[in-house]
Amino acid sequence: MKLFEYEAKDIAERFGIPRPKGIVVETPEEARRAFESIGRPVVLKSQVLVAGRGKAGGIKFAESAEEAYRMAEALLGSEIKGERVSRLLVEERIKVKRELYVGFVINRASKRYSYLASTEGGVDIEEVAERSPEKIVKGDVDPLKGLQEYEARYIARRIGYRGRQLLELGAIIKRLYDIAVSYDGELIESNPLVETEEGTFVAADMKLIIDDNSLYRHKEYEARAKMAGPEMTALEARAKASGLAYVDLDGYVGIVGNGAGLTMATLDLVKEYGGEPANFCDMGGTATIERMIEAVEIVLSNPRTKVLLMNVLGGIIRCDEVAKAIVKVKEKMGFTKPMVIRLVGTNEEEGKRILSEAGIDSFDSMEEAAMKAVELARGA
Amino acid sequence: MAILVDANTKVLVQGITGKQGSFHTRLLKQYGTKVLAGTSPGKGGFEVEGVPVYDTVREAVEERGVNASIVFVPAQFTKEAALEAIEAGLSPIVLIAEGVPVLDSMYILAKASEKGVTIIGPNTPGIISPGLCKLGIMPAHVFKRGVVGVASRSGTLTYEIAAGLTKAGLGQSTCVGLGGDPLVGLSFIDVLELFRNDEETKAVALIGEIGGNAEEMAAEYIIKTNYPKPVAAYVAGRAAPPGKRMGHAGAIISGRTGTAESKLEAFKKAGVEIARRPSEVASKLKEALGSP
Repeated sequence: MKLFEYEAKDIAERFGIPRPKGIVVETPEEARRAFESIGRPVVLKSQVLVAGRGKAGGIKFAESAEEAYRMAEALLGSEIKGERVSRLLVEERIKVKRELYVGFVINRASKRYSYLASTEGGVDIEEVAERSPEKIVKGDVDPLKGLQEYEARYIARRIGYRGRQLLELGAIIKRLYDIAVSYDGELIESNPLVETEEGTFVAADMKLIIDDNSLYRHKEYEARAKMAGPEMTALEARAKASGLAYVDLDGYVGIVGNGAGLTMATLDLVKEYGGEPANFCDMGGTATIERMIEAVEIVLSNPRTKVLLMNVLGGIIRCDEVAKAIVKVKEKMGFTKPMVIRLVGTNEEEGKRILSEAGIDSFDSMEEAAMKAVELARGA
Repeated sequence: MAILVDANTKVLVQGITGKQGSFHTRLLKQYGTKVLAGTSPGKGGFEVEGVPVYDTVREAVEERGVNASIVFVPAQFTKEAALEAIEAGLSPIVLIAEGVPVLDSMYILAKASEKGVTIIGPNTPGIISPGLCKLGIMPAHVFKRGVVGVASRSGTLTYEIAAGLTKAGLGQSTCVGLGGDPLVGLSFIDVLELFRNDEETKAVALIGEIGGNAEEMAAEYIIKTNYPKPVAAYVAGRAAPPGKRMGHAGAIISGRTGTAESKLEAFKKAGVEIARRPSEVASKLKEALGSP
């Protein structure tokens, strides 16, 4: 789960990382007062979770209280890359000498946190990595030892700092790591971390993504994580509430499978045979009947779905139960959309008999089922 | 021979009194796996499916001589259970739970590597050497003893492809579910290395998916070591859009990395047989092995 910038900065502040003086506002009037309280030129930053808000016009500068009011009026309620702006962070404008990048990210290959630091901040770090890899300092942290102060100072040294600045920057790097570990961060970065004209360091931006699986340890965000994200469709939100892994796509063949890999493979086959998937719906490797019914209902209620393709390999779940559930959904919804079912595994003969009596096609091979579904969808 | 688990594997079931733990203990025993002990703190002295239950892993090791473990505790307790098994020196340790916090996995894996212990998972169906030992939750009837070693990031897709290998008469030597999480104990490379030295394994099937670069690294390894056995790969997620998690925590295309195309491209360069459809894994390997 990605935190808003102001939330990440609140955490940073608690850990002793310097940040610009700032106030969160929800109305233009509050923005005016925030300007007066800060007493200096400000930047108004839209609090949205999409990337690239600056380029999309979500960040404005104001020299006066009146200007802050007008800018806030324009930003609040507007949409940035589809996300509605309901809050702004009004911050003092920092006089920048240099923009740095410092971040920690989980490295899947080394199975550790990797740190990245660079004096080329303020832009996409992947771009820097491609353009001038020598400008990036990186390495791994031993999880059993944690990041030591001396290691943090060495990172500061390697991007070119000495003296008081080395100590200050080292401390900030160490604190970023401490936040990562305390908040189960998948990624934490300050970009830019600004070196001011006075030679001190200030986190001008902060990003923190918390591992969703750890949210039970971070109760303050747990409730929000269960809510639909701004980027979710209504069906995705409904599926999430039912514990299904569901993603809406642009095509017309509705897909339900048990297990992520098998479901993805089903999508791929539909494409392979010239069709377009309407969605990805994984009931889970150990799907229950209730979950299955919900999955089928969700996929059928997607208006783009022309044909339902269901791929079940029954290991622990029994095929006859699956078949009964499918028939039940069909009766309940009174649906006229064709269904193509691939059903193999435990008790498959019984399952197939139940389906054929209800007039539903069933197949042994997922290839054949996918082909049939595409054919039907094209005719529909 | 088989890799990691065989007929001599003496199994401990951690969390044996739970719903999953007791259910699968029955299935494991039915399969013939030597389940010698279970643990469940506070329930020591009881029995589940005829298996004695202990309060601690230490006791189970001392009294029953178990040497491997399968862990059925919920995700938030997996770290503790895994550490207890690591400290007792059990190996391999199979972590079934889905949704283990990635920081916990990081710590578990670092401890295990310090102790020289093999972790399988988390978020895995486990490992099976058909006919010898099943240490997992896979439906046993699709597997059959044979010559193909299988390493996979995905559960049901493993069953799908294993069923195909069985039908084709090739069977499997050992199938390892690496796990669908971003951080897992074994990589494709680790398993390829083990299969390289396993006489019974004549060919290898790799089942990958979008996300990360484990497949690309495996391809590099195959080139670098001039891998001596035929390899076929299937990669799921060609139709997946970027930025969306496709079921597994680890299955996400981020930025420019982790796409199915880049993985398939890497495998192609390494001379790996590419299966466009799951059923092609068996047919391509059959051809490569020159069997009728």
